[in-house]
Amino acid sequence: MSGTHEGIDVGYVAKLACIDLTDEEKALFQGQLDQVLHYVEQLNELDVADVEPTAHAIPVFNVFRKDELGASLPHDAVVANAPSATDGQIRVPKIIDQ
Amino acid sequence: MEYEATIGLETHIMQKTNTKMFCGCKYEYGAEPNTHVCPTCLGYPGALPVMNEKAIELICKAGLLLGCEINPYSKWDRKNYFYPDMAKNYQITQADEPLCLGGAVTVEVEGTMKTFTLERIHQEENAAKNTHVAGASLVDYNRAGTALMEIVSNPCMHSAEDALAYMTAVKQIMQYGGISNCDQEKGQMRSDVNVSVRPVGQKELGAKVEIKNMNSFAFIKDAIEYEIERQIAVLESGGKVDQETRGYNPDRGETFIQRTKEDAHDYRYFPEPDLMPVKISREQIEAWRAELPELPVQRRERYVTELGLPEYDAGVLTADKATSDYFEATMAHAKNAKAVSNFIMGEMMRLLSEQSLPISESKVTPEKLAEIIALIDAKTISTGGGKQIFETIFNEGGDPKAIMEAKGLAQVSDDSALEGWADEAIANNPKPVEEYKAGNAASINFLMGQVMKASRGKANPGAVMQMLKQKLDA
Amino acid sequence: MADLNKLTISELAEKLAAGDCTSVDIVNDVLAAIDATDAKVGAYLTLDRADALAQAKAADERRAAGERNPMLGIPVAIKDLLNVKGQPCTCSSKILEGYTAPYDATVIAKLRSVGAVLLGRVNMDEFAMGSSTENAALGKTSNPWDLDRVPGGSSGGSAASVASDEAIVSLGSDTGGSIRQPAAFCGCVGVKPTYGRVSRLGLTAFASSLDQIGPISKTVKDSALILEAICGHDEKDSSSIEMEVPAFAANLPADPSLAGMKLGLPKEYFVEGMDPEVEKAVRAAVEHCRSLGAEIVDVSLPNAKYAIAVYYIIATAEASANLARFDGIRYGMRLDGKDPAELYGKTRAAGFGPEVKRRIILGTYVLSSGYYDAYYKKAQKVRTLIRDDFTKAFEQCDAILSPVTPTPAYLKGEKTADPLKMYLDDILTTPINLAGNCALSLPCGFASNGMPIGMQIIGDAFQEDTILKVGHAYEQTTDWHKSRPAL
Ligand SMILES: [Mg+2]
Ligand SMILES: [Zn+2]
Repeated sequence: MSGTHEGIDVGYVAKLACIDLTDEEKALFQGQLDQVLHYVEQLNELDVADVEPTAHAIPVFNVFRKDELGASLPHDAVVANAPSATDGQIRVPKIIDQ
Repeated sequence: MEYEATIGLETHIMQKTNTKMFCGCKYEYGAEPNTHVCPTCLGYPGALPVMNEKAIELICKAGLLLGCEINPYSKWDRKNYFYPDMAKNYQITQADEPLCLGGAVTVEVEGTMKTFTLERIHQEENAAKNTHVAGASLVDYNRAGTALMEIVSNPCMHSAEDALAYMTAVKQIMQYGGISNCDQEKGQMRSDVNVSVRPVGQKELGAKVEIKNMNSFAFIKDAIEYEIERQIAVLESGGKVDQETRGYNPDRGETFIQRTKEDAHDYRYFPEPDLMPVKISREQIEAWRAELPELPVQRRERYVTELGLPEYDAGVLTADKATSDYFEATMAHAKNAKAVSNFIMGEMMRLLSEQSLPISESKVTPEKLAEIIALIDAKTISTGGGKQIFETIFNEGGDPKAIMEAKGLAQVSDDSALEGWADEAIANNPKPVEEYKAGNAASINFLMGQVMKASRGKANPGAVMQMLKQKLDA
Repeated sequence: MADLNKLTISELAEKLAAGDCTSVDIVNDVLAAIDATDAKVGAYLTLDRADALAQAKAADERRAAGERNPMLGIPVAIKDLLNVKGQPCTCSSKILEGYTAPYDATVIAKLRSVGAVLLGRVNMDEFAMGSSTENAALGKTSNPWDLDRVPGGSSGGSAASVASDEAIVSLGSDTGGSIRQPAAFCGCVGVKPTYGRVSRLGLTAFASSLDQIGPISKTVKDSALILEAICGHDEKDSSSIEMEVPAFAANLPADPSLAGMKLGLPKEYFVEGMDPEVEKAVRAAVEHCRSLGAEIVDVSLPNAKYAIAVYYIIATAEASANLARFDGIRYGMRLDGKDPAELYGKTRAAGFGPEVKRRIILGTYVLSSGYYDAYYKKAQKVRTLIRDDFTKAFEQCDAILSPVTPTPAYLKGEKTADPLKMYLDDILTTPINLAGNCALSLPCGFASNGMPIGMQIIGDAFQEDTILKVGHAYEQTTDWHKSRPAL
């Protein structure tokens, strides 16, 4: 965003997000998102060099749980929710190692 | 031209926790698929993670054992990538603020001590298990979300031997520390290896090739050796090595390309909003440090300096934690360290390997071994008798004294009995007696033999010799 | 019928206690109202009548057994992104087709424990992404005050169901105004609690660091009553704050005086482009508060104008990861492919609507390599400035008054073509989510076209007590909340 943003490559980003877009969608989103990103550039007016970023609205630390067994789901509920299952396992198209 | 290889390891180790990193599901190897899963580790809508306190303790203790600095402030990040074994399609990990920083492992490689430095150790969550069937893959999420820590070394190794020694040392330390069982068959210790090669003298490192996800040390060694040769060959033939990710095929003994630099992932790390940062106080760190067990190197050292054992014995006894713990337990009841060491390295290891049992299952408990050794030292039984008792207990169990009685292994040292046999031997064997008196000292051995025979081996040889000498030299 | 559906929680609680009606009577009247008007309003996505009546019967038995509790037997409409065991949870998206929730959200478990009746599941913008409930894949919801207008969003069904007396009270969720804006558009009361006050477990996440569950009700007191039931620490939500829950309702004073109270008026909140009727109504409401004894002080929130830019970076970035789990593997819709990548691409293309795709792509982009610092990191820093503005402001006042939206409810389709224009309407509500504090929206007038206008009462973190008190005092002394749409 330094200066004017180089412009979003909607096709590339959609791939990253694993969403197949039609050409119409790509064209539509390209225009709309360029607009939004242009609007967002107003943040450049601000000098935030020594401002701490906020990741959590209310800062808290060290929220732990004891290493104790909690409830797991009934196996059949898990399988019932799965679009495809074989022998109690979730079935997916063959994974070719990345 | 001369080439130099540079190697760095990213070692993933599953911590010894009861439950997963961010949910209460049990970690159990080999359980029925998808029986230890919940909305959190399945990435269901609305599910949330909560940190497992024990996992944080274990990774910090691992860090202390490896000489890391514990980060007083660490945080969580999401690493985004789509893959069926990653339920949420992002992995919760630590990008810029890991729990442990720095650290080093010092280990002997082919006779010389080398120190391999660490960059960091960070906590993350494990992936699910994929198995491949005809035309499809099946996913079991039981392993998904289990506590996994990643030990990242600096690129400071230069040979497969270095890497092997490093991994062996890390494994041994993790086992001693009770951090992980590091059972490679169960995938509890897996490594990604980064290998690059450069002409000797060249400053900057060569292009880095990452070989992913190997658990067998043997394969890792082969993969590194193959990869070094491959890269040198490429350079020799005037080519250039590409930065890429490769896999290792153990059947062919080769690495193969998996991902080029071009289609490398864009992980889009950002702070995990569902988890709060971790702050660890000095006090907490010191409390954990106080609970750390003694490491093999330290034990080995102590066995030599304090117990006066030979280097060799100390090495054998500390090579494996179970053996070393057995030795420690025995020494709690025994004084004679060398005798204990001899029994463990001798009888114990022989019988264990014959019957392929772990030392934990030996019927000869540390207490019983200590008792056997005490009987030998008190000359109540001979060393041979002690070995008999040991083997008997190892096979059938039982109590050393009882077996000694039953087998009549106790030695006779009381003078009246010995005197009778001695006089008898002298009276019945004038010839050796003459020879002895004539100065042939060896002849006394014949008389000695007669006494032992008469006592059916129960006479204490030392006492017998003393008795005969008294009578003959008089 | 006795029109029990038209009453408030506190009125019904009295009748129930007095034995003048049963929970079953109430549910029957609510179901009748749904039958009569929901064909027009379109608030409900799913409704299990038998189950609702069974819950009502159980509540009546608990009462007969001596249990007393203001929520006992009160039907509550549930926004369709809260997990209720055994029910669908569509988030108004095709991609969750076939998913059955295997667990209860913490707020749902809490409502069960006080004996509330979980009524039906109401419509919303898909995955809470929108301000008009027009981005809903599974139903269209209209504003009960004018069926040609939007109910607001994303909790449009929650607001429309209460405004049309098709529910006594409802639960919504608010990430950038999604409770307060539809409450304002439909003439209801809505509360966005302090971040960490209500457990998010079981709330399908849009933007985890901004999301909060809250009520939409007919009166301030009703919101106070249900808040008492759903607030509280949850060890299963790391962002849930350990802090006891005040008796919100009991703490509301009978005397509607605001004497001794300082109410801040942020000049930046009367933005250009604001509908003059909205500004007029809110300024009148501010004067009314002055007449109740409050001291009105000027406060400044200089960085508020950056809220939209910051919000649409942070919210979409978090959403891009939160919605990655909707991949057709473990649950929901699946379009098959030759490999997982193809399955993902096709499933997510068919399963998500345009606004969701747009926001996922924006969020993916602002996190992508080379852009993180320029967008996400920078937005997090400006978020700090926005939070500091409120901290300073609350050193000068107890609560802040402002409009909720620049305009009253607009016509359907008016803004769908221009996302940025729709985003800009959130300018007055998003700063509160970014800062994490609490805010309340309540009716303060009507535009000449008859559409309700809302006033926002903003409180410091964990000061729900204060904003409820101010809202209650205003409500006690005005009649806006009593008007009902003619359906
Ligand atoms: Mg990793
Ligand atoms: Zn789980």
